[in-house]
Amino acid sequence: MKHALKPSQYAILITIMLTASVGDTLLSRGMAQVGQVDLHHLGLLWKALFNPFVISGIVLLIGFFASYMTALSWADLTFVMPATAFGYVVVALLSRFWLHEHLSLYRWAGILLIVCAVGFVAGGPSRTENPEEPHELGLMDSGAGR
Amino acid sequence: MTLHSSELLRQWSSIVGVAALAIAGEVLIASAMRDLGDLDNHRTGPGLKGFLGPVKAVLSSPKFLIGAFCMAFNFFAMLWALSIVDLSLAAPAIASLTYIGNAICAKLVLGENVDRRRWLAVLFVCFGVVLISR
Repeated sequence: MKHALKPSQYAILITIMLTASVGDTLLSRGMAQVGQVDLHHLGLLWKALFNPFVISGIVLLIGFFASYMTALSWADLTFVMPATAFGYVVVALLSRFWLHEHLSLYRWAGILLIVCAVGFVAGGPSRTENPEEPHELGLMDSGAGR
Repeated sequence: MTLHSSELLRQWSSIVGVAALAIAGEVLIASAMRDLGDLDNHRTGPGLKGFLGPVKAVLSSPKFLIGAFCMAFNFFAMLWALSIVDLSLAAPAIASLTYIGNAICAKLVLGENVDRRRWLAVLFVCFGVVLISR
C-alpha cells in the first residue's frame, strides 16, 4: 500500500539530507585542524570539543538525529536510509556549484546512482504493514485495538 | 610486509568496528521508534511545551538509550578511525558496510519488507558512495 507523505514529513526528510551532510563536512574540517588522535593522545578528543567547526558540526548532527528519529517513528529504516545517502549528493553539488570545484565523471555517476536509489525507494511504501498493527489511517480508534 | 599487513588489519578492523556500532545503534533506535509510533501522537499540546511528550516517551525507551549509547560510542570511534584511516577510504567503506548491514538487520531483526526495489537501492547507494568518494 502506498502512503502519501504529509508536507511536514517531506520537510523532515529534507532536513535529514541537509544536516547530516553539512554537519559531517564541518566535523571533518574541524578534526583536520585538531590533528591526529590516537590512544596516546586521547586528550585531543577533549580539545576537539572546543573547535568551532566541531561544535557547529555537532549542533547540526543533533538536529539530524532529532529529525532522523522523527522519520523513523513513521517510516521504515530502509525507507529513510536513502535520504541520508542523498547527503553525499548535496555535498558533491555544493562543491560543484558553490565552491566551483571540478566534479569527475565518477562523481557524477555516483550522484546519478544515489538519485536513482532515492527514486526507487520513494516510489514504494514508507512503512511495512503488519496485519496485527493498527493501520495508520485507523489511528483515531487505535485505542480499541490495543 | 608484516608491518604493512598488520597496519591494514588495524585499519579494516576499525572500519568494521565503527560500521558494526552504527548498525547496532540504528537498528535499536529504529526498533524503539517503531514501538513508539508516530511522534506526533505523543504531543501533549500545541507549541514548544507539546514536544515534552515525545521527548519523554523517547528518553524512557531502554532500546533507544542503548541505541543512543552505541551511536555516541560510534561518534568517538569514528573520530578515532579517521585518525588512522584516510577519509577517502574510511568514509565510503564505513557508509557502504553500514548500508548493507542496516538492510540485512532491518529485514532479519525489524521484520521490514525489504523488497527488490529496496535491495536495489542499497546496492546503488553503496556503489554511488564509493564512486562519489573517488
